[in-house]
Amino acid sequence: MRSGAKLLLVGLAVVVGGVLIGLYVSKLTKQNASAAYTWPVKNGANGPEVNITIQTVAAVGPKLSPNPEWVSYLIQKPSGEWARETVWKLPANATVHVTIYNFDGASALRNNYLARPQGVDNNQIVVDGKTLDVLPPDDASHTFAVPQLGLIVPVAPVTDDMKNQCDYAPCSMSNAHRTETFTFHTKGPGHYRWQCFVPCAAGWIDGFGGPMQTIGYMDGFLDVS
Amino acid sequence: MTVARRLVGFNLLTGIVLGIAFYYAGWYGGHHVVGPSLDYFGDIDYNEVSVFLAYLGGVIGFLIGLGFLNYPIARLRGYPPTLREKETEGVGRYFSLCTDHKVVGIQYLWGIGLFFFIGGLNAMLIRFELLRPEHQVFSAGTYLTLVGLHGTMMMGMMTSGILGPFGNYLVPLMIGARRMAFPRIEALTFWLLMAAGAILETTIFFGGFPTGWTGYVPLANEANAGMDNYILFFALVGISMTLLGLNMIATVVTMRAPGLTWTRLPIFVWGVLSTAVLMVLAAPVLVATLAMEALDRTAQTSFFIAAAGGSNFLYQNLFWVFGHPEVYILALPGFAIVLEILPVFSRKPLWGYRLAVAGLMGVALLSWMVWQHHLFVSGINGDLRPFYMLSTELISIPTGFTFICGMMTLWRGRIRYSVPMLFCLGWFFNFLLGGLSGVFLSDVPSDVTTHGSFFSMAHFHYTIMGGLVFTFMAATYYWVPKMTGFQLNDRLGKIHFWSMFILFNSTFMPLFAAGFLGQPRRVVTYTHGLQFLNDWVSVSAFGLGLSLLLFLYNLVYSLAFAKVPAPANPWASKSIEFQLPSPVPVHNFDKIPVFSSDPYGYGESPAPIAVPAGAPAGRD
Amino acid sequence: MATGPTTTAAAGASDVNHGRRVVTWWIILSVIATPLVAIFVGPAIPPGNHSAQGTEQVFDNTVMTSIITPVLCLLVVFFAYGLRTFRAPAGDTADGPPLRNDARIQTLWMAVTGVIVLFLAGFGTYELLQTGAGGGQGPSPIAKPANAQKAYEVQVIAQQWQFTYRYPELGGMESNQLVLPANTDVVFHVTSLDAVHSFWAYELGVKADANPGSDNVAYVLTKDPETFHVRCAELCGLWHGYMFNNGRVVDQATFDAWAKKAQADYQVIAKYVPKYAHTYLPDPDRRAG
Repeated sequence: MRSGAKLLLVGLAVVVGGVLIGLYVSKLTKQNASAAYTWPVKNGANGPEVNITIQTVAAVGPKLSPNPEWVSYLIQKPSGEWARETVWKLPANATVHVTIYNFDGASALRNNYLARPQGVDNNQIVVDGKTLDVLPPDDASHTFAVPQLGLIVPVAPVTDDMKNQCDYAPCSMSNAHRTETFTFHTKGPGHYRWQCFVPCAAGWIDGFGGPMQTIGYMDGFLDVS
Repeated sequence: MTVARRLVGFNLLTGIVLGIAFYYAGWYGGHHVVGPSLDYFGDIDYNEVSVFLAYLGGVIGFLIGLGFLNYPIARLRGYPPTLREKETEGVGRYFSLCTDHKVVGIQYLWGIGLFFFIGGLNAMLIRFELLRPEHQVFSAGTYLTLVGLHGTMMMGMMTSGILGPFGNYLVPLMIGARRMAFPRIEALTFWLLMAAGAILETTIFFGGFPTGWTGYVPLANEANAGMDNYILFFALVGISMTLLGLNMIATVVTMRAPGLTWTRLPIFVWGVLSTAVLMVLAAPVLVATLAMEALDRTAQTSFFIAAAGGSNFLYQNLFWVFGHPEVYILALPGFAIVLEILPVFSRKPLWGYRLAVAGLMGVALLSWMVWQHHLFVSGINGDLRPFYMLSTELISIPTGFTFICGMMTLWRGRIRYSVPMLFCLGWFFNFLLGGLSGVFLSDVPSDVTTHGSFFSMAHFHYTIMGGLVFTFMAATYYWVPKMTGFQLNDRLGKIHFWSMFILFNSTFMPLFAAGFLGQPRRVVTYTHGLQFLNDWVSVSAFGLGLSLLLFLYNLVYSLAFAKVPAPANPWASKSIEFQLPSPVPVHNFDKIPVFSSDPYGYGESPAPIAVPAGAPAGRD
Repeated sequence: MATGPTTTAAAGASDVNHGRRVVTWWIILSVIATPLVAIFVGPAIPPGNHSAQGTEQVFDNTVMTSIITPVLCLLVVFFAYGLRTFRAPAGDTADGPPLRNDARIQTLWMAVTGVIVLFLAGFGTYELLQTGAGGGQGPSPIAKPANAQKAYEVQVIAQQWQFTYRYPELGGMESNQLVLPANTDVVFHVTSLDAVHSFWAYELGVKADANPGSDNVAYVLTKDPETFHVRCAELCGLWHGYMFNNGRVVDQATFDAWAKKAQADYQVIAKYVPKYAHTYLPDPDRRAG
């Protein structure tokens, strides 16, 4: 073979290899990640305030995920649209008011101690207007927990006897649901991960596979800056 | 005889096409035939059975496409057997089932090299993520997948890293044989490994796997479908290792030429033999363990699920019963290569031949008695820890044999600092640090802090990368001129050695400190105080990657462009393979040689170690 | 010709010369380096003196670095001397002396490595059997401190992905804070609710794997009040890298005050938490959801 042809061949191999590596890296950077969503911030009397609205659903549905049967958290943007984004930008030292609409049934906690709300104002949650110090552990549907902030909030379940249960997200407010509110405070800048402690991933041993170990479903970050 | 006919005639291309076809057949069967009959998969979007069936189908299709069924079918139809396939074809023989051990050796060299570079790329991505103490580019799950891909690829592929290319190529030559005992199985081990590598990398389409190369349960039971790729990869590697080992043992035991007694065997063949014994005994344990894990994931058994009557300790024990011999499968061929190359460049006989053999065999034997040192703080068999501490430290005695034999071979020699020699000397430095850091890990009180930290990570990189990869490089610079007939560029080789040696140490030495300072393995975040150390390591690691690219450049430049013909015996070696022309002819020997000494008689006698006085040339 | 008798007899006088030089340099270097390592390097190796077990590990590391220093010196001197001295001149084609063996060197080497290895194993065993050096020893530990019966019991419950702690002497109270009294023998009972984790209290020199359905005991004698880091040291899934928090060693009065407050907090959840036990095996829940 002439050396020109060989050079061409080697050049081709380098280009193909480079393209493959590029595709590989871009696939990896996109994998299991969701883009950071910046919550709108208001300036309150005691520093910045943020209102967060979340729904938790048993099956995220084909519209929002390639894994339609996975359990997931969804956020509501100001436009009213529901999105599956779990990395949130929040201001430091802010007061965060959270409203969770839960459309999912109960699956018991593995560690019952986590059924007690902690790290939120008064260590209390408000479920459908009722203030609670503790949720019976077997009733917990999910938890919203930020371990680095000491924040643990159990989420009250939809019971089987409730009518018009939601099959796939995004669910509407006419579906059976529970409304839960609480308030917590962010600290200094940093990456704080959040997760669910209820073994709620259907189909996996211990209920801890799939959506429980994939950012964008039951796990995410508070990107505090 | 046209291009079209070549393309459809049982080669890599037909293998890939049939592999893909069978993959989808298996996927369909899993989803539409088996899946629906298994109600426990309920309503999740895929089932593990379909992943297993798809990949097993793919592997079978790949092997059929390569032509592995042609021989049994021909025999069934009454055609006469052939032991030689595609040996005289042109470049095509490198892309098909070829039974020439020299072709398989070169296939291994490039195939393993490809996956070594993919594994290395993953290491670069890991180090990139660790440039900052906090999460930056890859998500936490992807980071774990990268760690797992790097570790599994290296531990799986590099087990055959020396036995594959150099064992297959050199063992028949060194023992004066024309082929391996089982040439078709020899080809099978290579193509199984290639299929396995492809399966492992495609885990990224199934969500990756979070367990690292150890695959501990129950985490492995919780993991995504990507875990099945890990299981299939390691199982195929295990099968490949078993067959490779069996083939090597059969060849060395039964096919030695006349006069080649056990005390005249080149030390490299002893190294291959001790490694092969470990492979044959250890790899089946791995395959069985992974079969149990596959059943746990598909058929819902509970071998390893504590709450359902199984035990995760069972997995840890079984895995390390394989896993510790495995690390010596990686290290032993390196010992042998160092001892094989040192005499040539010291111009002295190998010192203490029998002690060196005893060292190799002693390590092989002791490696079966130490596995629970991986479980020193696991809470298993607390009262057995003193025993495992003793057995682990005992391994430094036979390892010390290798050191004293190598050092005394250098002693009063006339040392020529060519590139293979430099890599062997680098091995002494690296393996010394690897061994001395192993003292801390084998000692239970000290291990409490270092266990599972970057210290142990640095330790095994010193022994595996500093041990195996350095000797792999030595072997490449030493034997590739013989294998290809072209010299490798000496200047580039020296630059490669010095950059690799310095950057390797600059990469892994700070990690001993990082481990002692409290950085656990496989974490995507670390304390801010360790950032300088990690940045230093990352930058060095990128340099190390460049140094390896320089090696690749040297290979391509020397073999494809410069093409300086290599003399038959460029290193004035007494070993028999260097008495043959470069490259070695298809039939190796015109006449089977008769050996009269070992190949280390430097300074003793100018007589050749063997004369071609045996059987005349024949088909086999 | 062959593997036959050795040719050491022909080695000549220059052999003795080289050997003596290497040994001399080795002795000089070792005599200088070993005390320096024993005094400055060994004691500086973490985890430091924050607990009796940490001190034990530091002592252990000091002894081991002191022993391996001469070994390291020997190889450094050997290679530094040998690689310079025995370098072949350019274009050299001669062979070296055909030395094939020397029974004295073999015996000496085997004896020395054997003695070092047996000493290290014996010393390590002796050190281990003191109080377990902070390592997890399984449900029935063999190495206990003298007053193991009176050790303050703390349970570490690992789960994906955080540690919680139970204090049986405070009525089985569970907390996500690890607070320990100072200058007290503490016994950790480590267990897991799901995957395999590893409880690593770095400054205290404690590491014990957490396995589901299994109890792993580790002892530590705390010293002065301080804060220490807790990390998970066994790959346990997505958030393994984030499974860390801080623990505190505090004086007895602070500990009592903290215990009182924490117990009051705990009353809200107390009736739901299972009775204190050394292992908890929640249902494997294959079909959770």
